[in-house]
Amino acid sequence: MVTMDNYKDGETEWCPGCGNFNILEAVKRSLVDLGKEPREVLMVSGIGQSGKLPHYLKCNTFNSLHGRTLPPATGAKVANPELTVIAVGGDGDSYGEGGNHFIHAIRRNPDITLIAHDNQIYGLTKGQASPTSELGMKTKVQTHGVLHTPFNPLAVAISLDCPFVARGFAGDVDHLSSLLSQAISHKGFSLVDVLQPCVTFNKLNTYKWYHDRVYKMEDDGHDPANRIAAFEKALEWGDRIPTGVFYKRDSEPFESKLEVLKKGPLTGKQYDFAKLDSVFENFS
Amino acid sequence: MTFCLGVISGGIIIVDINIKIGGEAGQGIQTIGLVLSRTFVRDGFYVYGNQFYLSRVRGGHNYFHIRVSDHPVYALDEKIDVLVALDNQTIPEHIEEVKEGFVLADESIVRDNVDEKIVSVPFTEIAKDVSGKKLFSNTVAVGAVFGLLCYDLSTLKKFLSETFKRKGDEVVEKNIKAAQAGYDYVKNGKFEGICNYNLSPQPTNRRILINGNDSVGVGALAAGVQFLSAYPMTPSTGVMTRVAAHADDFNAVVEQAEDEIAAINMAIGASFAGVRAMTTTSGGGFCLMTEGLGLSGITETPIVIFLGQRPGPATGLPTMTEQGDLNFVLHAAQGEFPRCVLAPRTAKDAFNQTRRAFDIADKYQIPVLILSDQHLADGLFTYEMFDTSGLKINRHLLEDRAVGSDYQRYTITESGISPRAIPGQNGALVVADSDEHNESGHIDQTTGNRIRMNEKRLRKVDGLTDEMQMPAIHGIDGADISLIGWGSTYGPLAEAVEILNRDEVSINLIHFSDIYPFSHDTVSLLDGLNTTICVENNATGQFARLLRAELGFEVSKKMLRYDGLPFTPQSVIRELKGMGVI
Repeated sequence: MVTMDNYKDGETEWCPGCGNFNILEAVKRSLVDLGKEPREVLMVSGIGQSGKLPHYLKCNTFNSLHGRTLPPATGAKVANPELTVIAVGGDGDSYGEGGNHFIHAIRRNPDITLIAHDNQIYGLTKGQASPTSELGMKTKVQTHGVLHTPFNPLAVAISLDCPFVARGFAGDVDHLSSLLSQAISHKGFSLVDVLQPCVTFNKLNTYKWYHDRVYKMEDDGHDPANRIAAFEKALEWGDRIPTGVFYKRDSEPFESKLEVLKKGPLTGKQYDFAKLDSVFENFS
Repeated sequence: MTFCLGVISGGIIIVDINIKIGGEAGQGIQTIGLVLSRTFVRDGFYVYGNQFYLSRVRGGHNYFHIRVSDHPVYALDEKIDVLVALDNQTIPEHIEEVKEGFVLADESIVRDNVDEKIVSVPFTEIAKDVSGKKLFSNTVAVGAVFGLLCYDLSTLKKFLSETFKRKGDEVVEKNIKAAQAGYDYVKNGKFEGICNYNLSPQPTNRRILINGNDSVGVGALAAGVQFLSAYPMTPSTGVMTRVAAHADDFNAVVEQAEDEIAAINMAIGASFAGVRAMTTTSGGGFCLMTEGLGLSGITETPIVIFLGQRPGPATGLPTMTEQGDLNFVLHAAQGEFPRCVLAPRTAKDAFNQTRRAFDIADKYQIPVLILSDQHLADGLFTYEMFDTSGLKINRHLLEDRAVGSDYQRYTITESGISPRAIPGQNGALVVADSDEHNESGHIDQTTGNRIRMNEKRLRKVDGLTDEMQMPAIHGIDGADISLIGWGSTYGPLAEAVEILNRDEVSINLIHFSDIYPFSHDTVSLLDGLNTTICVENNATGQFARLLRAELGFEVSKKMLRYDGLPFTPQSVIRELKGMGVI
């Protein structure tokens, strides 16, 4: 049986009280709950404080480049769909540097779960604005406050008909791990945006700030099958901030649509040199 | 007027016919060129062809040039025997190249025979008359070319039947009628007796006509590529298309990525998970891939990158040729890590070098670049069918029984090569990191570890260097003059040397296909040469600079061409004369 000990690894380098600890805990719990063996799991991370997460977890890991979590995750999933592929990135990673990949990964729809650690700030580079920073938030770079409208990952994902769109809160590990389990089990691309306080650099969106605002949509009777209602919920931000599953639909993942993968994973296939002769027919 | 088809060598007439078809994009010059080429190849001739086009789907003056010979040819000749003009620009632009041959022009372009060279044929009207549609005018033109050469139509007819079989008997019949009518108009009509040479089919084994891009694609399939992600970019796209055409039969996936950054990173992910993976691009796309190149370097994930060069910087000349990206591929990405650069000479070399690229990438767990260009990408070569009987694939992966739960991805070894397992193999956990990492693959920023890992990766260069091949030597030994070239210039340079050797000029060619790193014995070979002239399709002599930087070897002179066009044997000889060395 898989237990939490199976996933134990490494000494962490995060600030005490960082939201990442709770996300790590929630990831481990959901993998244990789903009965996944570490060898079945591939975590692909980007660069940022979030990108270090797989190093503190025992499983296959590809710690890629900043913003580039989704392309290698997609390549690996196609090569071997038997792997449970989880991409981990921050808000800068997933929505800034990797914005184009975010859009097209949803369109492509591989069976991957993206966990976006959304702390609305750049932590690793010590406190600049991120794509999700609040308007007006002052930093050492944004000295007159953030001038750009915050990126709304959930609304974008829903508009692209992403098969599973959820938001969790790092301050509620039980709820978050349940969302992650649903996301990992759901076929197709799943987004879990995680509200994550950065105790060192984000003095605005603190644990208290979130605790005062977050609520669970399931308690309000939100129907995740209703895309329009999901979109409305995605626009809600202020005194009340919804968490839970915004939207989900059944989908056929990208790799399942690929003809060659219907015969099993690409890895381990036998090669038939005789087939080259028919290729050369094209040139004679 | 005599219609001279070749040169007399040792009493035997060697067939050497150059046909140029000029027209606007969309007029079908490529179709005419390919039908002529394939027919001649089936009849036992060797064809070399290339195309010159502008970056547009319709309009503009483009041309397709083929050379037909009874011995292998790898370059074009500047003397044109048959010029086919489908647009108004062809005659003014190319008439000077027609020394002793003919211009076959559509009657709408040249109504009166102002020049005895010009044979005007109403392609469109003939097409309408015999087949009912203007569409068949290209087939009329093909027939007319054969009429002008007094060349037997039976292979052409067979070829047309096979090509159009899928479209039904009527289409086949109309094409055959159109070809015959074009042929008859020239051969038996008012131009009767214009040709005085009978060119006859030569009995032969089955041959293939293949261009550089297709050869890279087939080479990749022969190497067992299973994942290709790319963003289309001229002149590289043909590789992606070729692999896609056969992907289902070869258990391969071809994915068009949202950009080149995604393309290389997807391929790296697929490779990490255990399959052979590649990406294809041109210089501009490779600019976006450089970050991924370094990722392959530090994570030691094998990747093959095909780069079809075109003149830069930025968008440059999208459809023309240049060897301008050599410095770039040698230095792309930050930091220091081993890489390998191969620059195929010909289509067959492209097939072999592509297979080798995958083997080297897997064996040394490094990025391998295949550096081609538009000249090779579109260059059509004739060969005997490639022998695939001895081909093997070695993935250089650990066997299952050698993989345990204590597996470490970056074990330090003497060769620098860490035994490689794939994620989940026999229970192994594989950890890779773009940060500096320790043997387990986890981030490690300590200085001692940095030194060990850096040295481990760089030690792989030793084995790689042992594996590199020496340059090819063509022409006489101990020549007074040695041309030095690399990549796609092989065909024109080798022929220039052959022509000059026949004229008793003491010259040879030293030609590189393995570009980086150089084979150990390269410097002693170069040091034994007399006058050396480095010939490159770029403006600054990038290869000459590499020879100086890597080997401390200084070439005597440089011959550089940077107008977007490839060298021809004649242009090389003219330049040598201009330089006063011959």
